[in-house]
Amino acid sequence: MNLFLVRRVLGLLATVLAASLVVFIVLEVLPSDPAPLMLGTEARPDTLAALRRELGLDQPSWWRVVTWIGNLLRGDLGISYTYRVPVSELIGARVEVTLPLAMMAIALSTSIAIPIGVFSASRRGAASDTAVMAGAQLGIAMPNFWLGILFILVFAVWLGWFPAGGFAGWDKGVGAALHSLVLPAFALALPQAAILSRVTRASVLETLGQDYVRTARAKGLTATVALWRHAVPNALIPVVTILGLQFSFLLAGTVIIENVFTLPGLGRLMFQSIAQRDLIVVQDLVVLMATSVIVINFVVDIIYRLLDPRIGAGAQ
Amino acid sequence: MKRLLTATLIAAALSTPAYAAKDTITVGMQLEPPNLDPTGGAAAAIREVNYLNIFEGLTRVDENLNPHPLLAESWTISADGLTYTFKLKTGVKFHDGAAFDCSVVKFTYERAVGPDSTNGQKGYFEPIAKTECPDPATAVITLKRPTGRFLFAMGLSDSVMISPATAATNKATPVGTGPFRFSRWVKGDRVEMLRNDSYWGAKPALKMVTFRFISDPTAAAAAVMAGDLDAFPNFPAPETLDQIRADKRFTVAIGTSSGKIVLSLNNARAPFDDVRVRRALAHAIDRKSLIDALGGGGTPIGSHYVPGDAAYIDLSNTYPYDPAKARALLAEAGVKPGFVMTLRLPPPAYARRGGEVIAAMLEQVGITAKIENIEWAQWLDQVFGKSTNFDATIVAHVEARDLDVFARDFYYFNYKNTEYRAIYAKYIEAADPAAQIALAQQLQRKLAEDQPAVFLYAGAKTGVWNSKLRGLWINGPIPANHMAVVSWVD
Repeated sequence: MNLFLVRRVLGLLATVLAASLVVFIVLEVLPSDPAPLMLGTEARPDTLAALRRELGLDQPSWWRVVTWIGNLLRGDLGISYTYRVPVSELIGARVEVTLPLAMMAIALSTSIAIPIGVFSASRRGAASDTAVMAGAQLGIAMPNFWLGILFILVFAVWLGWFPAGGFAGWDKGVGAALHSLVLPAFALALPQAAILSRVTRASVLETLGQDYVRTARAKGLTATVALWRHAVPNALIPVVTILGLQFSFLLAGTVIIENVFTLPGLGRLMFQSIAQRDLIVVQDLVVLMATSVIVINFVVDIIYRLLDPRIGAGAQ
Repeated sequence: MKRLLTATLIAAALSTPAYAAKDTITVGMQLEPPNLDPTGGAAAAIREVNYLNIFEGLTRVDENLNPHPLLAESWTISADGLTYTFKLKTGVKFHDGAAFDCSVVKFTYERAVGPDSTNGQKGYFEPIAKTECPDPATAVITLKRPTGRFLFAMGLSDSVMISPATAATNKATPVGTGPFRFSRWVKGDRVEMLRNDSYWGAKPALKMVTFRFISDPTAAAAAVMAGDLDAFPNFPAPETLDQIRADKRFTVAIGTSSGKIVLSLNNARAPFDDVRVRRALAHAIDRKSLIDALGGGGTPIGSHYVPGDAAYIDLSNTYPYDPAKARALLAEAGVKPGFVMTLRLPPPAYARRGGEVIAAMLEQVGITAKIENIEWAQWLDQVFGKSTNFDATIVAHVEARDLDVFARDFYYFNYKNTEYRAIYAKYIEAADPAAQIALAQQLQRKLAEDQPAVFLYAGAKTGVWNSKLRGLWINGPIPANHMAVVSWVD
């Protein structure tokens, strides 16, 4: 297990380093001079040069990539070109929105999908199974931004139960803050829940056909107990795999959903920084997101081992 | 249903008294300002938040671009047009308590023209030879050459007064002399400002102003309909206007802007170096249908000037829509049917959707327009940058009174016309307002004749706000939300 950990951490660092180099090179190759974007079409060449000097963009690229990665290793994310505040401060404030949103979405999608999937599997072929799975098919087909706009129209404009967008802020109280995350969390969660419920159903159906479930039934357990005690825990491994994969989709989804709901989160920061060529923020965000995806995959690996002690036994 | 209706009526009745006492406002904007210093960035959003709210200049311009006294009470101009003597308001303080006097004027202008200046409109300050302070309440500015638009330029947000103590921190925490004090900026979400109770001028009716940033047009419309916003002065969702107009809670105000949407041509590249080809393109485009297709409103133009400005003349019929004439002119210039040109289009709808419409119109006169969609950074690099590697593009020139762009040595149209430059030199030095207007009209005519760009239409400014609000600008010749004159009525 220790060797496994060391190998994984080294792999993680190498992947993050590769990701940061790739994003730096891509941004170097693209037309990505922030100076004319910031100073507009009327700016004179000497004014543009003064701004590049102020931002340190007059330095050669190899020097900029070395200082950037060097500073990252020391925990210094740099200063945003456009906002002119430390990037760590910007990201810190945005994590307070995106992290709760992502957690709410994951919690919602699992708590909706797993019971539905198990329920469907236990009534395979019944009308209720068909109806639920048709609903799931619809959920998969619905893009989250469309769902977001629909929610805004119904629950904000029409019914007035929720704000049409924006984030109240944690200083207005936990209730108010969570209230403004409800619609975006549902918009993110429902399409994912649809996928997850189908995976759960398929996986449970497979375990239900296994010998040990038949044995459990044969020793006198009821169908429900056999289902929950024996079939479901064994069916969870593919579900956890999908959940891990969905995390990266969730990160991508927040970029869109945060724009639809105008939430000041990481996704919106990413979107704005790319549009404004706030290169240092884009670089830092890509590294942050790459790191979180890798860490989540790592956590998924650990969960596999907990769910099924046989996995990884060979490595020891 | 009946119960729901009763509940709604009760709720409406209960909420009315709250409106009567309302002294806060939430204003929607599509783009967030990248920073809050109008002397260190060109973004319109900086000006929409700050101009006349937080920062003030020696003069200000109104909704119709006329200059008025602001921090300068009055001024005299020497007979040769070279020396401006401003009498400054006394007793004016910045929000941090620092005093405003001539030393601030000297600092502001010298900073704007200095080697480290990141002022997007450094050109406005370039004619200044020196700024002198005979006493704290008098500023004497000497120009290198007469500059007719000097008072106008000093009234824009690029020229606002900056305190030496806070010049370096204005990007994140702006400090000015205006009727509102910066309160906080929740990045990605909102900027809040509070009334400056020690303001030197008339106190604003509003106690607090919040600007919220909503980039998605559908979300913007929803936020207005849900009542989350009180006003959206540059409303981005024209397709929802009918629904909003039908709702008594809202006022829809259509005004003018300084935006001139043009089909810019590369005058250095054949066949666009031939004036007959440019005129043919002008004849080939049905401006009225184009405006209708885009849905945002506007007025057809034939030159680089907008209705609402005193010097405007209507030249939109110089080359009326006439495909037969266009085909004849193209044949005369030797452009064969089936000629292929490239349209490089930046992201806004007027360019992307407008480009499709124009391509279809050009097809009618035998020109195939190949569309290439690009984003702003690419546009600045490929079209606007030094290489000017393009045939044509569609873009809005939003600066007010920017006749100078056709007179520059280098500008992406590559329109190098000595006659135009000679008239422009006279125009920029003319001190007499009547002479200025006459010359501005001469320039408009010259551009209409030459069509260095095919002038399409002047964009409308569409504002949506609560019917109980008064004082918001209907026209938007410069990016600004003058909140000191806004109030609620019962």
